[in-house]
Amino acid sequence: MSIQVENIHKQFGAFTALNQVSLDFPTGELVALLGPSGCGKTTLLRVIAGLETADSGRVILEGEDASGTHVRERQVGFVFQHYALFRHMTVFENVAFGLRVKPRRERPNEAEIKKRVHRLLELVQLDWLADRFPAQLSGGQRQRIALARALAVEPRVLLLDEPFGALDAQVRKELRRWLRRLHDELHVTSIFVTHDQEEALEVADRVVLMNKGKVEQVGTPQQVYEHPATPFVYGFLGAVNLFHGRVDGEHVRVGEAVLPHDGRDAAHGVDVVGFARPHELDIVTDLGSSQGVEATVARVLAFGASVRVELDAIAGAEGQPRHYEVVLGRERLAELALTEGQRVRLVPSQLRVFPREAA
Amino acid sequence: MAAAGVLHGRADARRYENNAATREAPWVKWTLLGISLAFFALFLLLPLVAVFTEALRKGWVTYLTALSDDDALSAIKLTLITAAIAVPLNLVFGVSAAWCIAKFQFRGKHFLTTLIDLPFSVSPVVAGLIYVLLFGAHGWFGGWLAANDIKIIFAVPGIVLATVFVTFPFVARELIPLMEAQGREEEEAATVLGASGWQTFWRVTLPNIKWGLLYGVILCNARAFGEFGAVSVVSGHIRGQTNTMPLHVEILYNEYNFAAAFAVASLLALLALVTLGLKSFIEWKAGQQSRESE
Repeated sequence: MSIQVENIHKQFGAFTALNQVSLDFPTGELVALLGPSGCGKTTLLRVIAGLETADSGRVILEGEDASGTHVRERQVGFVFQHYALFRHMTVFENVAFGLRVKPRRERPNEAEIKKRVHRLLELVQLDWLADRFPAQLSGGQRQRIALARALAVEPRVLLLDEPFGALDAQVRKELRRWLRRLHDELHVTSIFVTHDQEEALEVADRVVLMNKGKVEQVGTPQQVYEHPATPFVYGFLGAVNLFHGRVDGEHVRVGEAVLPHDGRDAAHGVDVVGFARPHELDIVTDLGSSQGVEATVARVLAFGASVRVELDAIAGAEGQPRHYEVVLGRERLAELALTEGQRVRLVPSQLRVFPREAA
Repeated sequence: MAAAGVLHGRADARRYENNAATREAPWVKWTLLGISLAFFALFLLLPLVAVFTEALRKGWVTYLTALSDDDALSAIKLTLITAAIAVPLNLVFGVSAAWCIAKFQFRGKHFLTTLIDLPFSVSPVVAGLIYVLLFGAHGWFGGWLAANDIKIIFAVPGIVLATVFVTFPFVARELIPLMEAQGREEEEAATVLGASGWQTFWRVTLPNIKWGLLYGVILCNARAFGEFGAVSVVSGHIRGQTNTMPLHVEILYNEYNFAAAFAVASLLALLALVTLGLKSFIEWKAGQQSRESE
């Protein structure tokens, strides 16, 4: 089922949680709502579910305006961050709950309930836990039961609020992969909220980046990572190096140094902020050239497939960040033969610039 | 919840004592223990023993005669009736008040929370007087009540009202922290799954609070049986009609009928013991539940 939200506005006192948000979630996709805490992503999820009412705007489920429909009738599956399993019921009864509370004429008989619950428990691979209580399960198991419970009522959409937020790193990774596989099997339109960029990029078909109640960018993981639309997205997704400077024709002038830039959004003489990812910076040991910003090597972290070099900015460079981070290939590091404390120049192979006010 | 706290306290105490860093000197421990036990023996155990000894001093026959006396029987009956009305009422009031306070945000919430404690902070005699001032012959509604031939003061309704007032906080007080701690998530989950408000209450909310609720009800019941001050003001002490057990004990005592007074008192004491037993059982049960859900 497709979901659209139109001009959703939500205010909590003086705090604007959602500021005229409009989005389109196509059928069958797994979409991540990504942003820092307080950006409104959970509120948006709860508005879509009907657990929260927007001050204005519409929620459209499968082309029908559902803004006035009670959460009970929206047929959404909702998975809570802290699972919200019914603690006095067994796993079986938790999953069966949605079926048992149906009006009598729609309610399946006991045999049918049993069959469906066991099918769902098999789907989440926890059939053997049917008689346990939630307190006897691990975090990962509880989350899977919560998902099975949400799926029991055959929801038209699945909404997950920070589904892996309360789990430790190992389990998180495993459950991520599992959720992706499950989604590929079921193809229920799903939206999940997360503040973890890696999680969003890895699991989702599309990522919606939110900040301060507004949508910053929507796109596939690759699009948002490689072509961030705003300075916020640049800073939020992955590590990034900042350069404050002024556009000078084909170049950005940063103090004494000049850097080449991508040429977009940059009228002559405008103050800009340039962004470059760690792998988009190269280190030049030839200090004679005016190309590139000067820095000193602080640490070389030479483990793993690629090498990370941390550098300190030269003191006195006004308004500039104090540190830089560069990722190099092993061969390039061998070529450079860097030593700690050495002065070098940083030359971006790609520099995305945004006018200063926007950043 | 209080009940669960007791159990965790016990586990903690053992940990502190096994740890040299937090262990107190033996003389501190034994002095404190000695003082507490002496107090306990003098002020709690001794009176309890005295009640039963005095009650049985003249033998079982006198004891049973005192209890099967018409006035005694009617006092027991009235006490049971009062509790049977007051406790269910406070059960419903308590649950709804706790529900309001724990699950909704509204203006005056703090005031309501404070108001619930009023019966604890006001003297029971004052509580009784309030009803006399309202419903007594010269009270605000006295004239209207007399004209319509409704008797509240010096009759059973007055006793019930006073008891309801005095026992009001027990259930609500027990439930508010419990419901606040549990939050709304499970109820939200039930609603998303299609449950109506009624289904959510019976299937999710009530099972989660049942031990706390039962605990509150037992305390409420104990107080309903034993209330003296407020009931004394509104009852009028009419033998066989408006005497509850505590009032009957007083009358017998004032008439120097000690054996009978202690016999009825022993019933109240027995009830107290049963209440304590039930209370510990529920604490144990609730503690078990809260340990399971951690």
